Amino acid sequence: MLEIKNLNVEIQGNKILKGINLNMKAGEIHAIMGPNGSGKSTLAKTVAGHPDYIVTGGEIFLHSKDNTRSDLLALEPDQRAREGIFLGFQYPVEIPGVTNLSFLWEAATDVALYQKRKPKNKKDFIEYAKEKLHFLDMDENFLNRPVNVGFSGGEKKKNEILQMALLEPRVAFLDETDSGLDIDALKIVANGVNHLKNSNNTIVLITHYQRLLDYIRPDFIHVLYNGKIIRTGGHELALELEKRGYDWIVNENKQ
Amino acid sequence: MENRQNEYKYGFESKLESEDFPIGINEKIITLLSHKKNEPSWVLDFRLRAFAHWKTLKHPNWAKLKIPPITFDKICYYNTPKKTIFPGMNNGLIDQELLATFEKLGIPIEEQKRLSSVAVDAVFDSVSVATTHQKDLAEHGIIFCSISEAIQKYPDLVKKYMGKVVPYSDNFYAALNSAIFSDGSFVYIPPNTHCPIDLSSYFRINAKGSGQFERTLIIAEAGSFVNYLEGCTAPARDENQLHAAIVELIALDNAEIKYSTVQNWYAGDSEGRGGIYNFVTKRGNCLGINSKISWTQVEAGSAITWKYPSCNLIGDNSQGAFYSVAITNNHMQADTGTKMVHIGKNTKSTIISKGISAEESSNAYRGLVKIMPSAHNARNYSQCDSMLVGNKSSAHTYPYLDIKNKSATVEHEATTSKISEDQLFYLKSRGISTEKAISLIVNGFCKEVFKELPLEFSIEAVKLIEMKLENSVG
Repeated sequence: MLEIKNLNVEIQGNKILKGINLNMKAGEIHAIMGPNGSGKSTLAKTVAGHPDYIVTGGEIFLHSKDNTRSDLLALEPDQRAREGIFLGFQYPVEIPGVTNLSFLWEAATDVALYQKRKPKNKKDFIEYAKEKLHFLDMDENFLNRPVNVGFSGGEKKKNEILQMALLEPRVAFLDETDSGLDIDALKIVANGVNHLKNSNNTIVLITHYQRLLDYIRPDFIHVLYNGKIIRTGGHELALELEKRGYDWIVNENKQ
Repeated sequence: MENRQNEYKYGFESKLESEDFPIGINEKIITLLSHKKNEPSWVLDFRLRAFAHWKTLKHPNWAKLKIPPITFDKICYYNTPKKTIFPGMNNGLIDQELLATFEKLGIPIEEQKRLSSVAVDAVFDSVSVATTHQKDLAEHGIIFCSISEAIQKYPDLVKKYMGKVVPYSDNFYAALNSAIFSDGSFVYIPPNTHCPIDLSSYFRINAKGSGQFERTLIIAEAGSFVNYLEGCTAPARDENQLHAAIVELIALDNAEIKYSTVQNWYAGDSEGRGGIYNFVTKRGNCLGINSKISWTQVEAGSAITWKYPSCNLIGDNSQGAFYSVAITNNHMQADTGTKMVHIGKNTKSTIISKGISAEESSNAYRGLVKIMPSAHNARNYSQCDSMLVGNKSSAHTYPYLDIKNKSATVEHEATTSKISEDQLFYLKSRGISTEKAISLIVNGFCKEVFKELPLEFSIEAVKLIEMKLENSVG
């Protein structure tokens, strides 16, 4: 599904990612872990196309079932989203005066049109959105509130999952979606992600706590450190990281 | 960049036969105009007094505007098409080009299109060339005609109110307009009459080298209501042209006037060449108790805008409102705002101003809230928000308060923000295109004002703003 080859990224002249290689298949959940500053968010934002992150080398391809692939680095962020890339923001942005509903509807319509699906009319969309809201234990008046304005931390994160549910991406990066959530909110968010997972999409969790992985079980765990992936393993790696921290892998890697 | 000039789709020029006065302004020209219009002597007298006063005035320079010197002697003050639109008006000849012009502008003025729910007074250069729906409105006792016609047919009404809300001595451009005004719209809503359709004026400047000096007078008798809309456009030229108008509104007991403007004069090109200088004095008197006047404006055009639609809240419990979106791009300059003068008891005013400046433009809000000693329990709420697009534009806010009665409640809020890369990226990362993202952000910003506009106007306003910002971000 998503193929990242030797990706090198800078921000304001600082090298952040130094040769990332990742191959993620449909139906898989990947977790990217690592200490603060290791480049996890940079990886997610680069895949989504944030203009501040300059790709100095490497390639990112999004593969389709029909064996075609799109070169993501050649696309604008909105085009990438329409191709099926989703980024759940660590810090969702406030848009005053724009209701969540009009925002979500515009987005879902643009994505559907691009993917040659028939967009839902507004009435059907509202019904559809309400289903998702109930599922995420969110109040219906969410739709009428301005995007992220005055939302609590937990509400903002739930709003990200709601967007993911409505846009049905092929590859979703969830950047620290667990941070700032109490245990109940965490369960709801995790439940949502598990529900959205299917054999046609790939979910990438970015986190530095093992806690989220108690509720969402990834197929692969990658440890990112200093701009490189220094270890890939299964769920047992998360448990080991929880017990021993990152230092031992870092040290092993140095030898 | 290359298609930017084409973005202004009203920039065409109509070729038609016209009659114009010699350039310049003096007593002779004014007298000529007054005679041509067959005006009663009190109108000529009013004009000459205004002119005498104007000659004593200096060009105002207090606004946050760089106004190049204007040579008033080089302007043609009267330019009118030889033929008109309706048989029966002027000499009765129909000018197809004139008809086609309004067709192209999307303004329905032909009789057969009268089903349209908006009545129009169309002003072309110096004269009103057509006023629609007059008969239907007359059935309700409503008078809707050009001010020239009103001076002939309803001199008492005009004499009673013209120049009473905006005296010619008010300011430099009010004096100039009062001396040389060539036409404009007149509305009279009789007592207890709810005007059944929206009324509107459409101003078109066409002739090269001429200025437009029209004045509008709207009188809403006790218990009446009218929704008034105003639009304007001009050809795209490298020379600047002057538009100096006066609008006077009078609301008597329990009457309400809603006045909405989408100002889309040619704004000049991306280098700052050309565009209209829009120097306008608009004011309403809430004369009666419980009367209401609201000004809603979307200022999207003109090289320079100098405009402060205001309310004198004279009647007890009267209410004034000013809702404004001013958007500037390229080298445009706007200094706009309002004056709310509280005179009666329990008077209330609301000011919501949204300024958006892009590229190298400059956008200022200037507003005065004045509470007179007689205005017990007056209330004002002002909110002035500015949004900057890019790094070269500027926004300024000049709120003035003058409070002479301690019982007043005055609130003022102001913010300045930027369309941030983060907001844009967030929306784009959901599949929304840059253009749509900008329009969502800007419409969100302007929401409180747009909801005051009639539906067609708000759609037009949204489109206008999208067009202005198309090349400004990203």
